[in-house]
Amino acid sequence: MSTAVAGIDTHDHHRPEKGFGRWLFATNHKDIGTMYLLFSLTMLFVGGTMAMVIRSELLAPGLQFVNPDFFNQMTTMHALVMIFGAIMPAFVGLANWMVPLMIGAPDMALPRMNNLSFWILPFAFTILLSTLFMPGGAPAGGWTMYPPLVLQTGDAFPFLIFSIHLMGLSSIMGAINIIVTIINMRAPDMSLLKMPMFVWSWLITAYLLIAVMPVLAGAVTMLLTDQFFGTSFFLAAGGGDPVMYQHIFWFFGHPEVYIMILPAFGIVSEIIPTFARKPLFGHDSMVYAISAIAFLSFIVWAHHMFTVGMPLTGQLFFMFATMLIAVPTGVKIFNWTATMWRGAMTFETPMLFALAFLFLFSIGGFSGVMTAIVPADIQYQDSYFVVAHFHYVLVPGALFAILGAVYYWLPKWTGRMYNEKLGQIHFWLTAVFVNVTFFPMHFLGLAGMPRRIPDYATQFTDWNFVASIGAFGFGLSQLLFVYIVISCMRGRGESATAEVWDHPKGLEWTVPSPAPFHTFEEPPVRIPAAHTFT
Amino acid sequence: MIRRLSLCVTGLLGATASHADWAINMPRGVSELSAETYDLHMTVFNWCVGIAIVVFGAMIFTIVRHRKSRGVAPARFSHSMSAEVTWTIIPIIILLIMAVPAAETMIKIEDSREPELTVVVTGYQWKWHYTYQGEDVAFYSTLARSSSEARRKGSGIDPASVENYLLDVDKPLVVPKGAKVRILLTSNDVIHSWWVPDLSIKKDAIPGFMNETWFQAEEIGVFRGQCAELCGMDHGYMPVVVQVVEPDEFEAWMDAEREPPAAAATTTSSAR
Repeated sequence: MSTAVAGIDTHDHHRPEKGFGRWLFATNHKDIGTMYLLFSLTMLFVGGTMAMVIRSELLAPGLQFVNPDFFNQMTTMHALVMIFGAIMPAFVGLANWMVPLMIGAPDMALPRMNNLSFWILPFAFTILLSTLFMPGGAPAGGWTMYPPLVLQTGDAFPFLIFSIHLMGLSSIMGAINIIVTIINMRAPDMSLLKMPMFVWSWLITAYLLIAVMPVLAGAVTMLLTDQFFGTSFFLAAGGGDPVMYQHIFWFFGHPEVYIMILPAFGIVSEIIPTFARKPLFGHDSMVYAISAIAFLSFIVWAHHMFTVGMPLTGQLFFMFATMLIAVPTGVKIFNWTATMWRGAMTFETPMLFALAFLFLFSIGGFSGVMTAIVPADIQYQDSYFVVAHFHYVLVPGALFAILGAVYYWLPKWTGRMYNEKLGQIHFWLTAVFVNVTFFPMHFLGLAGMPRRIPDYATQFTDWNFVASIGAFGFGLSQLLFVYIVISCMRGRGESATAEVWDHPKGLEWTVPSPAPFHTFEEPPVRIPAAHTFT
Repeated sequence: MIRRLSLCVTGLLGATASHADWAINMPRGVSELSAETYDLHMTVFNWCVGIAIVVFGAMIFTIVRHRKSRGVAPARFSHSMSAEVTWTIIPIIILLIMAVPAAETMIKIEDSREPELTVVVTGYQWKWHYTYQGEDVAFYSTLARSSSEARRKGSGIDPASVENYLLDVDKPLVVPKGAKVRILLTSNDVIHSWWVPDLSIKKDAIPGFMNETWFQAEEIGVFRGQCAELCGMDHGYMPVVVQVVEPDEFEAWMDAEREPPAAAATTTSSAR
């Protein structure tokens, strides 16, 4: 195979390989991005099916379909799959596709590590999902895995820990790759403050990932040793403290939720200026706001623990710090509105999702401020009010940003315009049903319904019924999205131009659609004025 | 005028009993602190509604007005230091205004000094245990039989026909009206949480540790809550029921409880 003359490689690098070797051994950021996105779409439906089981059981009082233990497995796995399998990989997929294109780099800095980061995930999720079929079933102690309860998990326990470790490794390696790429491989003209917001949001998210994924790894390893190796980190009988787990977990967990929203902020900052035909308002403030949010995210973790028995000083500190996060977040909402102000807006599907994000994420933000107030949180904690809050920020928040991003960049990826009419129908169905599903949960929580219960007192019947109907509608509507994306991938639809939209800013719009397998093999020496972010 | 209107609206929202169907709000509850908690909740909520009206109003206005189809070219501005400073400072001020009464209420909640009665609550999988400290009165409080039968999968019993379905126990915690009751909380196995919305009380029951909280019920009645920390299979089936009675009724109840169950024991042994 190797020739006598060193250095001459007869492989043709200008075309991707044929067959599944292309995917298994992929080092191209576009291929890896595609794999992440398709994987996350699959996981969205896996987690979504679990949600359908949950909402079917909660449709009416009484236990109709599943046993309480299996119900708890569903709630636990639904969260693990959605967080680690759907939302996070989707954002990584978008980063893989778009960051090199946006900064004028030929690929990610570490392409082989990129491949490993992706392929760990199907492996990890096969392990995690296989626990459903083990004796004792899947983990059922909540995605938060609090001890001592999680230590009552059966055979699934070591597989849970192992799969979490694998997911963490994937995230950490991905984050390293992103930071190295952004710091080292930007076009010569592109100073940090001239980067697009999506790139900024991912730079900061990557630092958060590196900071906190190891903390989660530590926490679950301590669970493992408590279970199998005689330690007592979290067992009072041996001198340990179950609450310490909660501190360690949430020190990871709170930045984790910002990891799941900062890229969404970046996406919205890309979409709104394009469709308002106006530059992003306050670009530098937006960078500072994201940085402030990221910094603050490290010092608020105990707001998930207001009922554990915390000293008053601690409660006061965490309440004030949590309320403070509303300030930079508010600045972002106002800046996006100011971007729209006196623009010339059109409302294609990506813009619809971005605008829905503005309204509905804000509602999630309001319920967040409410939960920050400790005496009120005593009533909200572990009730459906909290479930409503986090679903508002994650579904019409993170997920809508992802859907908007897919519609926004799909023509660049595939060279075809998606069907705009169908996209709008998908949007409206999704937006209506998401509210029908999650808004009543605020009422349920306030009326006193706890979370993670398979059956409920009869006064909670009506809103549960409404929420379940909404959930079925929401789930079914996503099938339309799959159809739209696959049609586009298969080459149906009008050809897309390089610019796709009306004079959007950003280097990604200077390459053809579909983007060639290799782009920016030479760095752009001068970025055209129309594509700079001053 | 605005104040009267907003009081009307909040009154309407508050008046809905949370035990009714289609309930949309938290109960005001039956203690001073539960009322303060409710008021804090409504204050923050009203602030959020007010901010939402302004912000969403601006968003809707711009979506309607600043459209390409209106034929006007887009503006070019993209900075305004004064705007940024304004919409940073104003939210900070609003948050400070909310934080002060919250902190005051938190200080009151922490003050569990000088209780008249102390009850040690222990969480079990899946029931509660109550011990009246200093008295020889202790018992388990488990999901009532009627609920326990109906809740089984495919039981054929309509939950609507069961009174207080999933919210009823065989033996509730009984306390006197107007007494400051201190609750000491722990667990025998995993973490549970003791929640009674009408008393605005929720605290985690953690194995190996003792948590403390208190309440003072100002009204007679039966107040129901549920376990509020996932504790395994039957987490949804270990309700918390507190019965508040007149002080003399409480004394009578305590006397009856202090009696050893001698009569029952001798009958069964002699029947053998």
